[in-house]
Amino acid sequence: MSELTVALLRYGFLALLWVFILGIVLSQGRDLAVDRRRRNRGRGAQAQAGANQAPQTPAPVQQQPARQLPQTLLVLQGPTGGRSYQLGSAPVLMGRSPECTVPLEDDYASGRHARLFPQGSRWFLEDLGSTNGTYIDEQRLTRAVPVEAGRPFRVGKSVLELRA
Amino acid sequence: MTAAPTRGTPATDPVQATSTSTGPVQRRRRITELVLLFVAWAIGIGANVLIDPEQAMASPGHVYRAAAVLIAGGLVLHAVMWFRAQYADPYILPIVVALNGLGIAMIHRIDLLMDATAATNQVLWTAIGVLAAALVLVFLRDHRRLRRFTYISLVASALLLVLPLLPGLGTEINGARIWISIGGRTFQPGEIAKITLAIFFAGYLSTNRDVILLAGPKIGPVRLPRFRDLAPMFAAWLVSIGVLVLQRDLGTAILFFGLFVAMLYLATGRLSWIVLGLIFVAAGGVVASQTFGHVAARLDAWWHAFDPAIYDAPVGGSRQIVQGIFGLASGGLFGQGLGQGRPDLVSYSNSDMIITAFGEELGLIGLGAILMMFFLLVSRGFRAALGTPDAFGKLLAGGLASIMVIQLFVVIGGVTRVIPLTGLTTPFMSAGGSSLLSNWIIAALLLAISHSARRPVVTGPASDQDIAEFQAHEREEHERAEMLESERAERAERRRARQEAARKEREERKARQAEDERKNATAVPTTDRADDAPKKPAPDDDPDVDEPDLDEPKTEPTNQRPNERKGATS
Repeated sequence: MSELTVALLRYGFLALLWVFILGIVLSQGRDLAVDRRRRNRGRGAQAQAGANQAPQTPAPVQQQPARQLPQTLLVLQGPTGGRSYQLGSAPVLMGRSPECTVPLEDDYASGRHARLFPQGSRWFLEDLGSTNGTYIDEQRLTRAVPVEAGRPFRVGKSVLELRA
Repeated sequence: MTAAPTRGTPATDPVQATSTSTGPVQRRRRITELVLLFVAWAIGIGANVLIDPEQAMASPGHVYRAAAVLIAGGLVLHAVMWFRAQYADPYILPIVVALNGLGIAMIHRIDLLMDATAATNQVLWTAIGVLAAALVLVFLRDHRRLRRFTYISLVASALLLVLPLLPGLGTEINGARIWISIGGRTFQPGEIAKITLAIFFAGYLSTNRDVILLAGPKIGPVRLPRFRDLAPMFAAWLVSIGVLVLQRDLGTAILFFGLFVAMLYLATGRLSWIVLGLIFVAAGGVVASQTFGHVAARLDAWWHAFDPAIYDAPVGGSRQIVQGIFGLASGGLFGQGLGQGRPDLVSYSNSDMIITAFGEELGLIGLGAILMMFFLLVSRGFRAALGTPDAFGKLLAGGLASIMVIQLFVVIGGVTRVIPLTGLTTPFMSAGGSSLLSNWIIAALLLAISHSARRPVVTGPASDQDIAEFQAHEREEHERAEMLESERAERAERRRARQEAARKEREERKARQAEDERKNATAVPTTDRADDAPKKPAPDDDPDVDEPDLDEPKTEPTNQRPNERKGATS
């Protein structure tokens, strides 16, 4: 074998090793980002940017919630604060019980405390007969009400919010 | 439940509500795994060819064997995952195959220099390891089942560690008594014991961590755990100390103790455990260096490695470490090239010192790539731990990944003179069947746990498939219930018929008796058969039972099963 082939093979093998590693790193993408807070913050920044532009172009901002269901449920305060949940179009059960879709680990929440369900393009919040009640704007819920994205509501001592 | 459209497979749908906080449902990514496997094969087999292309052309037996085992093994595990663990992590298998192939290549390369056959053995053990991993994946559908074996694992670990101390079985090699020899082959039970210990720690801590954290007296800002909560942990700790004292194997003792501390930290999240652990290691090291001659020699060889007196010492000198470092130095940035260095100058260059052999032939860039692969492998283990919903799985995956980290740190830190050199194998690379086997089992366990970590939690509307399954189940239940019901009805019917028949018979008999009495009284035959009747003194004998049927067919109840009735009555 010529000197050139040997050198090519030698460096080629090193390159192959790193191609393998790059392939793994690139293909795993965001898989290691277990905590999605950072991405949400990014989205929050985008939303803020949108809000800054709002005075000039109010129409798209208003249309945004109508176009699609909010997709993220974020726990703002409480024992599980900071956690976020991806929503589909299935109802979501919130409460202290670990079987809930969104378990809150909150001593002030009832086992099955409240329920979010989609109706058209909006989520509705419904109290399930909890002891301490579910509140939006310090108003205790007596019936199912629509919840807009970005409007916090309180379940026990936890405060949650929908994000687009 | 809702007006949501029915979905295809629930698994691939990214916009489904999940109860985990890991974001959208994971893809299966088996194709990614296959593609990466091809690269891994290229690395593993390429290395085996490149160590000596002419030799590979002349007698390709070794290359063929290695390639066959790597390709077949990879494909078998890949296929097993298609069927058994579809959501298993796609990166673990390719990384492991690549590392294993590199290890075989380097061992073979050193074989060529030393005229040995360790590589053949390594290929054989690779096949055994792959088989073991496949069996683990096939039979361990749910890793939580391992939790039942918590205390059995502790006992098993202790037994495995005691085995080498038994007189007939244990073998002492190079001053350490950690091997058992069966039929001329040696095996290190301690390698399997690290898995069982991890299972024990995970099972015990997942149950008791709250008690460890919350119960117990508080002294100042520190809450001390009660002794009885930590007693089994102390038993495990004593086991590892026992290894150190009785088997004189410093590396394994450090590994077990590190595992112990790491899992306590993983379970309780208290940094104080790590601080305490480091203090214990330091104290233990001081005591051991005063007590055991070989530990003191190791420390000297580490601290004064370049001292000529220690370098030239016949036993326990620093020659091995220093030659390894010379090897790394001659490798430089790009390395000498595979097959171009002199790794044979270092003793145990195919097991403990294999990292320096790679450093010499692949250079810093290649060694960096290998370390990167290990890093990715370990990070996938911790990723599985993060994603698993159950505490036992978290601790087990975290513990298994920690084993790998600690082992790598001890061995690579040792050969690069960061810490004193203690004999441990480099996972998947060093020559040694037991190490290879146990690491393949660890990889399989991580795959199994990552499957349950990435598997979607179905909380959304049921898919067509789910509904079909449910309906099939319902139908089956319904059919079974119907069958039971009809059987019961039939039985009741039969019983009723039987009772009816019995009652009729009794009535008939009574009637006949009355008639006979009347006949006897009047002595007037009424029927053509009546002349027989006076001959029989007892008309209600068994042979006569059927006779009234002939006489009075109109009273016979309509029964579909006359035979059965008869059988029942007679």
